[in-house]
Amino acid sequence: MSGHSTYVPKSAIGRWFESRLPIMGLIHSSFVVFPNPRNLNYYWTFGGILAFMLVSQILTGVVLAMHYVANVDLAFNSVEHIMRDVNYGWMLRYLHANGASMFFVAVYVHIARGLYYGSYKEPREVLWILGVIIFLLMMATAFMGYVLPWGQMSFWGATVITNLFSALPVVGETIVTYLWGGFSVGNPTLNRFFSLHYLLPFMIAGVVVLHVWALHVPGSNNPAGIDKKTDKDTLPFHPYFTVKDAFAVVCFLIFFCWFAFYIPNYLGHADNYIEANAAVTPAHIVPEWYFLPFYAILRAVPDKLLGVLAMFGSIAILVFLPWLDSSKVRSGSYRPAFQVFFWVFVANAIVLGWLGGKPPEGLYVHASRLCTLYYFAYFIVVLPLLGKFERTRPLPASIAEAVLGTSGSASAMAGSVAASPNTKG
Amino acid sequence: MKTFKLIAAAALVSGFLGGVAHAQHSHALPTPPRIEWSFAGPFGKFDKTQLQRGFKVYQEVCASCHSVNLLAFRNLGQAGGPGFSQGQVKALAATFKIKDGPNDAGDMFEREGRPADRWPSPFPNKQAAAAANGGALPPDFSVIAKARTYARDFPWFLVDMFTQYQEHGVDYLSALLNGYSDDTHGVEVPAGKYYNMYFPGNIIAMPKPLNDGQVEYVKGADGRPQVPETVDQYSKDVSAFLMWVAEPHLEKRKETGFKAIAFLIVLAGLLYFTKKKIWARIEDHHAHA
Repeated sequence: MSGHSTYVPKSAIGRWFESRLPIMGLIHSSFVVFPNPRNLNYYWTFGGILAFMLVSQILTGVVLAMHYVANVDLAFNSVEHIMRDVNYGWMLRYLHANGASMFFVAVYVHIARGLYYGSYKEPREVLWILGVIIFLLMMATAFMGYVLPWGQMSFWGATVITNLFSALPVVGETIVTYLWGGFSVGNPTLNRFFSLHYLLPFMIAGVVVLHVWALHVPGSNNPAGIDKKTDKDTLPFHPYFTVKDAFAVVCFLIFFCWFAFYIPNYLGHADNYIEANAAVTPAHIVPEWYFLPFYAILRAVPDKLLGVLAMFGSIAILVFLPWLDSSKVRSGSYRPAFQVFFWVFVANAIVLGWLGGKPPEGLYVHASRLCTLYYFAYFIVVLPLLGKFERTRPLPASIAEAVLGTSGSASAMAGSVAASPNTKG
Repeated sequence: MKTFKLIAAAALVSGFLGGVAHAQHSHALPTPPRIEWSFAGPFGKFDKTQLQRGFKVYQEVCASCHSVNLLAFRNLGQAGGPGFSQGQVKALAATFKIKDGPNDAGDMFEREGRPADRWPSPFPNKQAAAAANGGALPPDFSVIAKARTYARDFPWFLVDMFTQYQEHGVDYLSALLNGYSDDTHGVEVPAGKYYNMYFPGNIIAMPKPLNDGQVEYVKGADGRPQVPETVDQYSKDVSAFLMWVAEPHLEKRKETGFKAIAFLIVLAGLLYFTKKKIWARIEDHHAHA
């Protein structure tokens, strides 16, 4: 990871160690002196929040795994055992279950920030694609985690989602059989899902390391969307961004605790407190809220295979985004026309989420189709064309100028730092 | 979509097989009345006397058909619950015969119940439970207060997030117990089934379980019951009891949540001013540049 390699260990032991494994220097250059654009707003704290959530999920998850039993006859009651008899088990489980939702809240803000400020554009394409991979791994992890309590929604959600793969020609049925470990969702399914649910977060952690590495090559994008040029444009990561991120993480934790302690079942589904029963199908099979937009896209398409392709395509298309967007201007702040399409895209995604929770009938289906159309049109039509036609606002000459105003004089700088919304955030 | 057609078909079939009418989305159900629960809200606590009354209703009425497999006798004496004394719990457990074994001779035997035992199921297995109830399995009560709900449409489900309304399950249970009537509102009720205005599909296999005066509550000092001995009161009390059974650490959870959030707000405040102070340095830096 790049940055100024100015680290000099103070102690003899430190120097001895550093000459053999320069890991302290790596940390120092990446998270202490690393020059960050000074104009980052609070949307840029969600990367840190996500890192915190990943660690939190792994810690609570590892302890939960000490008490959980991955067996179709025991899983449901072992979760209830955690809730009732394990010391602070209720807290661990509610933190873990709601933590998954919080992880997705944070990742959606993080992704939306990237979409708005053009963080996917050159030279951050690989960084962006690594992010899409993390997102996919998160979805797989969350899906398998939801199966583990072995409630009705666990079982039927697993049945519906694994069945999707059967739509694939030739290999579909084989894939489904391997996912199930048999010919229906059963004990082997639960066992392999538990195994993978434990494995995938560490794969996420690995890709996160690559993500941060790729981030530290060009450095963070910023609300102005222009490259950092001089030292005036940047501030060292520590203490400026460590304290800012810490403040943001704590604020996010308040939000998290509201859910985990006061409304812990709000984001879940009542049916999942009924033990899985292959003979009784719930009236509505609904995935967790964070999958609902994609679920709506799946159901909007009247053909099973095409529906599955549309659903996976809605995520896969993100990989190509750096090359679909033709605008040379990164930040949406300087693209008035883009802003309209962007906010409609956000609203569209929320409406898709709402539709995903509704039964697939009547007007809901038609609305889902319209929203699906816009979702794809945003990437395939709007972004490629918009860059060719839109009139963008003039970009500031430098990040410092974006923050401090155009005069650039020392006294004007001092005055406008306090007034700027970007530094106050 | 093949999958969904399949699942819809399976739902229909299982609905017939189970002998229980399933939720029919097209049929609008009345919204259960919202009850003021003592355990609602950020400082909610169970009313111990209500839990004790609810337990009595469960024990005398519901327990003949509904198991509560995850409830141990010892739970009844735990903090945040009905608050029975250890002696009461021991005495209560001792009134039950628990099958244990095998012993050293390889024989199963019966012994007196102990506080660590779970509440014995009224039936030896699910099949026996269903067979004794006209083919419908009386659901276990361990987490039923969390396993039942009613739909809250837009925008109410968003409002619930802020008001912390989480008592959909108990409101539904309480409404269900009050939802029986002779007037079936045009719904054709098969023999051996009953009409209930709050039950999805309106046809329920459980006969009206509660009647006024059915359960005798502990009398106060003046020799009169503390609360009315009515279906309405029984329903509330047993629903509250079931909420506690489903979430025995609810009080502790809300207390901990308050402490955690109070701590975090203070910490956030401190960090905010720390951040302000640190970021003020760049102002100085440029002023002196």
